[in-house]
Amino acid sequence: MKMPGARIVLECLKRQGVDLIFGLPGGAVLPIYDALYDFEGLRHILVRQEAAAGHAAEGYARTSGRVGVCLVTSGPAATNLVTALQDALMDSIPIVAFTGQVPTHLIGNDAFQEADNVGITRSCTKHNFLVKDGNDLGPIIREAFHIASTGRPGPVHVDLPKDILVKEWDLVWPDKIQMRSYNPNYDGHPGQIKRAAKLLASARKPVLYVGGGVISSDASAELRELAELGQFPLTQTLMGLGAFPMAHPLSLDMLGMHGSYYANMAVHHSDVLVAVGARFDDRVTGKVDAFAPNAEIVHIDIDPSSISKNIKVGVPIVGDCRRVLGKLVEAVREELRGGPAPGVHEGRQQWAAQIAEWKRDFPFRYEWSDDVVKPQYVMQEISNVTGGEAFIVTGVGQHQMWAAQYYRFKHPRMWCTSGGLGTMGYGLPTAMGVQAANPGKLVVNIDGDGSFAMNSQELATCFTEGLPVKTVIINNSGHGMVRQWQRIIYKERFCAIDLPGIPDWVRLAEAYGCVGLRVSKPSELVPALEKMISTPAPVVLDVCVDKDECVFPMVPAGGASTDMILAPPSRVVRDRAARSQTGF
Amino acid sequence: MQNGNEPRKHTIAVLVENKFGVLSRVAGLFSARGYNIESLSVGETLDPSVSRMTLVVRGDEFVIEQATKQLHKLIDVIKVTDLTDESHVEREMVLIRVNAEPSNRAEILRTADIFRARVVDVTPVSFVLEATGDEGKLEALIELLRPMGIQEIVRTGKVAIARGPKTRVRRGEPPRKPRTVDDLKVVGFAD
Ligand SMILES: Cc1cc2nc3c(=O)[nH]c(=O)nc-3n(C[C@H](O)[C@H](O)[C@H](O)COP(=O)(O)OP(=O)(O)OC[C@H]3O[C@@H](n4cnc5c(N)ncnc54)[C@H](O)[C@@H]3O)c2cc1C
Ligand SMILES: Cc1ncc(C[n+]2csc(CCOP(=O)(O)OP(=O)(O)O)c2C)c(N)n1
Ligand SMILES: [Mg+2]
Repeated sequence: MKMPGARIVLECLKRQGVDLIFGLPGGAVLPIYDALYDFEGLRHILVRQEAAAGHAAEGYARTSGRVGVCLVTSGPAATNLVTALQDALMDSIPIVAFTGQVPTHLIGNDAFQEADNVGITRSCTKHNFLVKDGNDLGPIIREAFHIASTGRPGPVHVDLPKDILVKEWDLVWPDKIQMRSYNPNYDGHPGQIKRAAKLLASARKPVLYVGGGVISSDASAELRELAELGQFPLTQTLMGLGAFPMAHPLSLDMLGMHGSYYANMAVHHSDVLVAVGARFDDRVTGKVDAFAPNAEIVHIDIDPSSISKNIKVGVPIVGDCRRVLGKLVEAVREELRGGPAPGVHEGRQQWAAQIAEWKRDFPFRYEWSDDVVKPQYVMQEISNVTGGEAFIVTGVGQHQMWAAQYYRFKHPRMWCTSGGLGTMGYGLPTAMGVQAANPGKLVVNIDGDGSFAMNSQELATCFTEGLPVKTVIINNSGHGMVRQWQRIIYKERFCAIDLPGIPDWVRLAEAYGCVGLRVSKPSELVPALEKMISTPAPVVLDVCVDKDECVFPMVPAGGASTDMILAPPSRVVRDRAARSQTGF
Repeated sequence: MQNGNEPRKHTIAVLVENKFGVLSRVAGLFSARGYNIESLSVGETLDPSVSRMTLVVRGDEFVIEQATKQLHKLIDVIKVTDLTDESHVEREMVLIRVNAEPSNRAEILRTADIFRARVVDVTPVSFVLEATGDEGKLEALIELLRPMGIQEIVRTGKVAIARGPKTRVRRGEPPRKPRTVDDLKVVGFAD
């Protein structure tokens, strides 16, 4: 039976198991919106700006483990989407984005609302397609979902010319996907796994360094088994948070630029470092020559190009975290059967004692105030009040780092943050996607006043679509993270960072039909959080915090992890930081 | 990243799906990562759904390793082979239009003969020479012609193919009727 291409697109989405799409209509995709009019079983959420559709799809994907889908029109809509695509690419988030395109015969003609969509998204997607023949619709959509969700996950873009959507075609739906050019490797090499197991079993100072790949492969159970089996201390990247419960005695919290003192020290002094689904980002390694200088490094990653990209690795294992960890647990168990080699046991005890000492002497800390709200305190109370059971989303900046440091993560897939691209404005739209994927659950968007302003129009979407996202604005009247760099590295030459108290966030929330609350004293915080949580509507809680607060520890960009600044710096430290600074 | 090795030229053969846009994916990959392509040539293979690209890239071991991995990562790339340290044959074709004054016409023809270059166009004042060979040979030819006054040079970029095995027939490809024209091109210039 023939049907319009637009209808085929929707049928294919349904076959793919999609029940929700985020989008915004326009000329080139009107045929799809027309088909959507009486199409059953597909919810469409109308966003207010296209990037929000992309971010919402990311939030949906990260927390549900399924592919997020968004649909926007040609030209300006496609270019608006670009930020979200690059964000998903950097953080390995599986989404499929559909854009409209001018009719095939007009492509290249500078037609109305034409842009070279696939040309523009080529470098910010895992793969992209321009559909030039309606018979390809089914196979392309099938492949798009396959590519987005397998191997190293990522965004895939499908560009749909209007005439293809209007003309009638047969629905072609291949039973199987066969791609000779794309076959990700899931099983790690047994010999390499054995080598890794031997190293771990004989290590005196082992550390596991865990990243977002553990989240995307749902490998938390296997990871925990490995850590507990060998009592291996474990640190998580910003993207890995939640992979392992932070309350666990083996947890060293986050590592890296704003990671814990003990995580960075442990990694630096380790003799065997096992990276699991982590990509040695420069915010983690700092100066590469000084990163874990004495460690034999094992790297488990599904993407061969991640391996030895930044840091030369001794034992690469290309494969899926979950499968490889499963095998590694068995192999380590085997190695440990005969008991530890002489010296190992003693070494491990010393190592545990050393780590305990670091943890005791240099915890995350800040100075308390009775008068002004400290942002770190807000994170602690959000963590307490939610019991670590909320979905947490953030903007980008200081508040993001404090959330990472002070929220006690318990579960995987409950944390969404823009790590690789650091996209301000990511918070609210992503939280919308999380809420849509998890109806009835508590979703807290911890945002900055600067970041929130970049997509606050989505409060309208929250209101009209019944998405009761709770936003907590850590309001420091400015671009706090930039202010921190200018304070520490640019000798307090503050420039272009102030966001004086406008808009009034409470009134803005109300203007959008949401509930607005404000806190300016520490004593008001907990009652306000409780009120926010018990309010069924979307809420904006504006928390006025100490604007001079800085995020510590801090490893200046390009510094070694032992160059950590632990407290507001003296002039000496500041000068040293200025010398090692490599750009912002 | 610590770069232990000196940069050098690598010849990389890439089998890709013969689809629109693949060339720009490959070119885009190199420009986005700041790698330099010295030459690139593309053509169909025995299987018309597969194209073969021959890339010449300069870089140290680290750059080449990343470039190869990134090429692999492109969804339309089927196979990547670094031929540099394998036994292989490389060829490039060049067309050279050179001033041909009466005083040096004979000299040009002699040089062309030595290099087995063919004269493909003749006017009272110029010759166009066609020559095929590896890089060294073409460079040498160009150097010898330079004093005569070269007007224009066009080069195809390098193509490369692995040498056959010394003993047995190579795995894989079922024997097919060879495309004589292509094969002759290679055989004809074996040196
Ligand atoms: C202001 C700011 C400050 C930051 N500070 C820090 C900081 O202090 N510390 C920190 O850690 N980060 C920090 N970041 C984030 C940082 O930029 C990187 O995004 C982050 O470190 C990358 O995390 P990751 O290594 O877990 O990799 P991800 O980006 O999560 O990548 C996942 C890796 O796992 C692999 N993978 C994916 N799926 C699988 C699978 N199924 N099996 C196996 N492997 C798989 C992928 O190939 C990839 O290599 C900061 C970001 C911002 C914006
Ligand atoms: C789209 C975008 N523009 C600029 C930046 C650079 N940047 C990083 S953090 C930051 C300030 C963020 O301010 P805010 O959201 O208020 O967070 P705070 O640091 O104050 O907690 C800026 C401007 C960015 N990451 N993203
Ligand atoms: Mg701020």
